[in-house]
Amino acid sequence: MAKDILQKPDSLYDEFTRKPGSDPLTTHYCPGCGHGVVHKLIAEAMDDMGIRERTVFVSPVGCSVFGYYYFNCGNVQSPHGRAPAVATGIKRALPHSIVLSYQGDGDLAAIGGNNILQAANRGENITVIFVNNAIYGMTGAQMAPTTLIGQKTTTTPTGRSAENEGYPIRVCELLATLEAPVYIERVAISDSKHVMKARKAIRRGIQNQIDGKGFSFIEVLAACPTGWKMDPVDAVHWVNDVLMEHFPLGKVKDKNGDAPTRDLVAAAAKAQVNGQKVREIVGDSNGFSEHLSPPKTPTNYQSPRVKIAGFGGQGVLLLGQLLAQSAMVSDLFSTWLPSYGPEMRGGTANCHVIVSDKRIGSPLVSETDVLIALNLPSLEKFERDVRPGGVILVNSSLIERDVQRQDVEVVRVPVTELANELGQPKVANVIMLGAYIGYTKLLSEQSVLAAVGKVVKRKEFMEINRKALTCGMDYVRDQVDVGREAELAS
Amino acid sequence: MPRTFVKGNEAVIKGAILAGCRAFYGYPITPASEIAESAAALFPQVGGTFLQAESEVAAINMVYGAVSTGQRAMTASSSPGISLKQEGISYAAGSELPVVLVDVMRGGPGLGNIAPEQSDYNQVVKGGGHGNFKLIVLAPNCAQEMCDLTMLAFELADKYRNPAVVLTDGFTGQMMEPIELPESVTQLPTKDWAVAATPETDKNLITSIYMEPSDLEEHNQRLQKKYAAITEAEVRYDESQTEDAELILIGYGIVSRILQSVVDKARAAGKHVGLLRPQTLWPFPGARIKELAKTTKGFLVVELSNGQMVDDVRLALNGERPVHFYNRMGGVVPDTEEIFEQVEKVLAQLRG
Repeated sequence: MAKDILQKPDSLYDEFTRKPGSDPLTTHYCPGCGHGVVHKLIAEAMDDMGIRERTVFVSPVGCSVFGYYYFNCGNVQSPHGRAPAVATGIKRALPHSIVLSYQGDGDLAAIGGNNILQAANRGENITVIFVNNAIYGMTGAQMAPTTLIGQKTTTTPTGRSAENEGYPIRVCELLATLEAPVYIERVAISDSKHVMKARKAIRRGIQNQIDGKGFSFIEVLAACPTGWKMDPVDAVHWVNDVLMEHFPLGKVKDKNGDAPTRDLVAAAAKAQVNGQKVREIVGDSNGFSEHLSPPKTPTNYQSPRVKIAGFGGQGVLLLGQLLAQSAMVSDLFSTWLPSYGPEMRGGTANCHVIVSDKRIGSPLVSETDVLIALNLPSLEKFERDVRPGGVILVNSSLIERDVQRQDVEVVRVPVTELANELGQPKVANVIMLGAYIGYTKLLSEQSVLAAVGKVVKRKEFMEINRKALTCGMDYVRDQVDVGREAELAS
Repeated sequence: MPRTFVKGNEAVIKGAILAGCRAFYGYPITPASEIAESAAALFPQVGGTFLQAESEVAAINMVYGAVSTGQRAMTASSSPGISLKQEGISYAAGSELPVVLVDVMRGGPGLGNIAPEQSDYNQVVKGGGHGNFKLIVLAPNCAQEMCDLTMLAFELADKYRNPAVVLTDGFTGQMMEPIELPESVTQLPTKDWAVAATPETDKNLITSIYMEPSDLEEHNQRLQKKYAAITEAEVRYDESQTEDAELILIGYGIVSRILQSVVDKARAAGKHVGLLRPQTLWPFPGARIKELAKTTKGFLVVELSNGQMVDDVRLALNGERPVHFYNRMGGVVPDTEEIFEQVEKVLAQLRG
């Protein structure tokens, strides 16, 4: 046993060659600093538990930023306060790894406060070692969130006041209010009795991770004689007599007994899927293989720039998508551009659709070939944008007034009433699409049905949509086309 | 080949998964949220990780951790979110981590609005974070490229061990177009630098700290050499009718789509106008622009910003040809006619 105590653990390098300077045998820590002891306790645990090769040590910003000088394992140095987030990314990528996230009080409780809180709340399967010495050591002894009331630091020169800086944060107690963490304990390393308890706590925190039990958190009260401007002996007394008073030692949360053991590696292996399956998931199964010829479209209606507008909830965006997808199925180019905004019901919605036999440049529709107005505000807003000779399709159920423009073709379809007659008010948009393709012969019924089929998964909805489409096409054939012929004849 | 009709934002995630990316860490923000939503739907299905992080800052740091292990991982956000991620981006550049990000730009400064702008050019192309670093920046202009350039971002990031950004805008993210899915990447590069929690990688270290000034200078010089190599090899652009052009329009992303319509309109009117569209914003196709100066009378740069990329055009030309600039801001997107008017004005000036 004596040999074990004197020898450096394998998990610490024999020589600290990553440390600049001429002395690779001593650490960069000040005399009486607690980090060296905590490092040794962790390294011994790594040795004894046989995990060195699969351990990733995440070092913070602060005095222990140079953790990688010492730990003989994979090392990732993280931005200030972010160690738990970095550790999350590592652990989730490497379920077999043992991730030790090591942080000081400023790093963890101030700048990284939310990161530790959220990692704990997610129950990340990591082990966090939190060294609390009530001061910012690295930057020259400024106030930490754990600095005691009255404690003098370079940024609280007359002592921390509750009025100005608030109270020292008890992180263990704070985290213990969360559901997920399995084990939270505060220990100290001020004398050998406490070191033995700290040793046990660190091992327990690591064992929990090996067993896949979840989030473990060990706070270690440690001395910073340099920052406190004390000699190391006084610093030890201060930990025991003053610091422990405010940060009581012991288990703050312990549900190890209840926490189930999980095999993260097996779970990850089970979740893997192979190449062809990946492709199917990503989208080939949703893709269109159909190539349907469009009907012979009169020149005036070819390659339209379409604007579709109405109330939110009228299916404006879907109407546009079906139109653009039907064009795709018909081997035409198409784009769909929505007006997007805060997700609110009851507002107005519009989208721009371009269908073309050539590659489409601007997807914006300003000068409009076809306006589909499902409500009055839409007609009022966009009527003037329609080019002379263009088409305006009007939902005559909701728009009583006439279209003021005399130089455009107007198709009035009472789609809200027709949808109600079909027993499904939601298909008013599809009726209007039917009216549009029926009137202009832009696309075939089959191409629209193919598009609808991708959107609508349930058979009974497919049937009502098919009826709606036919209804719109029939309406323009029976009502509008007859009128058009009469007009032409007169 | 089946075609799928998708939003640009959705195409990003399809490309990412086909490129072998298996972790997405993100935070909701309009107009980028569909990227996170698609990732939430698809990543778990392919055995990957999707996690909604507590903040933009956490998300980039989770990616930092994931990428440290050798995994292909990514995040996405929109302008204010990218501002928040800048610290993590600087760390990733310093640690030479092949992090992939997507920025779906919106209006700024501050909360601004959610309409499309291109005002992140400087913070992404010039590096918004601290330090002497460069990001590889790709600029798609359609849903197909949102997929393809995301895949390319992973490839280039790994090739150079450097963060890569897909810089796009609200319209390109929200617009739906048909895409064809590319072949998936089956052979991922080996990364002997990664911290993979294995005996082979237990001496590996991911860090951006170099305490000795001479060491940090050496590290910086090495980074600069790498950037020079990227500039040499990875410039990408697309040209249309520049051969006989009197005036060449320059724009990226959604603007380049509008400019294509402007070129078509101009050509139909018998005007000799062409288009150069950078697909990489860094490295910037400055050398090509300089070359085009030999055959054209002038350039018109159009941006949805106060004029950010135009600086790179001016630097490339060094006064050799006049550089005109037209812009809109605040989420206002000019239409074809509005820019065509500018083209006519500039042509009149060039003919003086």
